[in-house]
Amino acid sequence: MSIDFSIVWQQLPQILSAFWNTIWIWIVATILAVLLGFVVAALRRYGPLWLNLLLRLYVEVIRGTPFLIQLFLLYFGGPFIGLSLEPIPAGLIGMTIYGSAYFSEIFRAGFAAIPPGHVEAAECVGLSRGQIVRRILVPEMAMLVLPQLVNMAIILMKETAILSIITVPELTLVVGAIGSQQYAFVEAMTMLALFYWALVEISGWLGRLAEKKLSKFRFAV
Amino acid sequence: MTRPAVRIRDVHKSFGSTEVLKGIDLSVPKGSTTCLLGPSGSGKSTLLRCIAFLEETTSGLIEIDGDPLGFADPGGGRSRTRLSAGDIRRVRAKIGMVFQQFNLWPHMTALGNVTEALVTVQGMKRQAANEIGNQQLARVGLSDRGHHYPSELSGGQQQRVAIARALALSPDILLFDEPTASLDPELTGEVLNVMRELAETGMTLVIVTHEIGFAASVGQKIAFLDHGKLLLDGPPAEIFGTPRHPRLEQFLETYLDRGAATLV
Repeated sequence: MSIDFSIVWQQLPQILSAFWNTIWIWIVATILAVLLGFVVAALRRYGPLWLNLLLRLYVEVIRGTPFLIQLFLLYFGGPFIGLSLEPIPAGLIGMTIYGSAYFSEIFRAGFAAIPPGHVEAAECVGLSRGQIVRRILVPEMAMLVLPQLVNMAIILMKETAILSIITVPELTLVVGAIGSQQYAFVEAMTMLALFYWALVEISGWLGRLAEKKLSKFRFAV
Repeated sequence: MTRPAVRIRDVHKSFGSTEVLKGIDLSVPKGSTTCLLGPSGSGKSTLLRCIAFLEETTSGLIEIDGDPLGFADPGGGRSRTRLSAGDIRRVRAKIGMVFQQFNLWPHMTALGNVTEALVTVQGMKRQAANEIGNQQLARVGLSDRGHHYPSELSGGQQQRVAIARALALSPDILLFDEPTASLDPELTGEVLNVMRELAETGMTLVIVTHEIGFAASVGQKIAFLDHGKLLLDGPPAEIFGTPRHPRLEQFLETYLDRGAATLV
């Protein structure tokens, strides 16, 4: 038996379509998770105490259980409470929930890291609460938490592989299936690893680019 | 007699069970420079923050140019009432504040910091706001630094931008909370010079400071606080002239290097 990548390579159209699924599901889920995470963090900080405790429970439960189990429960357990989802929507929702818990913790730390004096200075020149959030808190936080956001986005990229378990036609499912049909496991898995690695490198590079652009805003002491 | 710029009547302030201000009465005459002095923990910064409405007093009243700030006295010995958010904003607009830590917004340039409220709060056009912003930056000697971010400026320059930011809104009263306390001695001078010039233009300034020499030479009124009480209040010649209050004497001894040497 020898290593022969051409076996897998012949299925390129199928692989490219799976590659595309992985990318768009990752991007959409990451954006939704960032937004939901921000809302959770903001409500925990500025909302009433009972809401803070409730959301804290949400974050603890999501962070304290494996993504695989959450996905199983959503996809296979959902129908029991009248929630029947197709694989892709289930995957998107599952990833959004999973990611939001982590992103909310990043934003929570970000809120805490902004010096209160920056908000006081804004109050003193007459900015309203909404203006302070939009003009001061969000941009300041963006540059404080950007490295962690990029990091978490990369972790989510790799987590998309788990979506194969609920038959989302993404890279792992499709390339894995080709591998088992053709008895070319090593080739398929090597190729998969290369695909993910390339994606991670590209997103990491984009993240560094953004950080560089923001670096001149770094906090003065 | 003209109305005082700031009038403080029997102000108390507690944080939890700790009473920081224990009944302060003070008036700040219009167009004057008033310096609040006192040892750490005497309550001088808290008093200033109450005037800026960054802290709410526990009881008592503060008037800004005759208008009640935050709380009003309904008369007839009844307890004070809280004013509407709109009224509070209108009175607060007469006040500018300069902080010990500068508190510039790091994601905006110097000019962006100075013009932010003009554009966002007052709805001014970007170009008109920049014109005012550049004028104010020139006033503090930084006309060539408008496009620098705070991280690219020295501490003294940052503090001068913060002063320009407050001036851009043409406040009636400018409050300074230990404006030079986090600066190197060599950068302190440039900030004090800007403040001295402002005092000469006849603006009302209230300054919390440990720069005793500056207070004695620029201040028209000195208020000395100790343990949450106003111990002394009067013109510098009277306050610093001999014989001095023993508590002030003791305080000056510890600040010999802050220009108090000439007084002691």
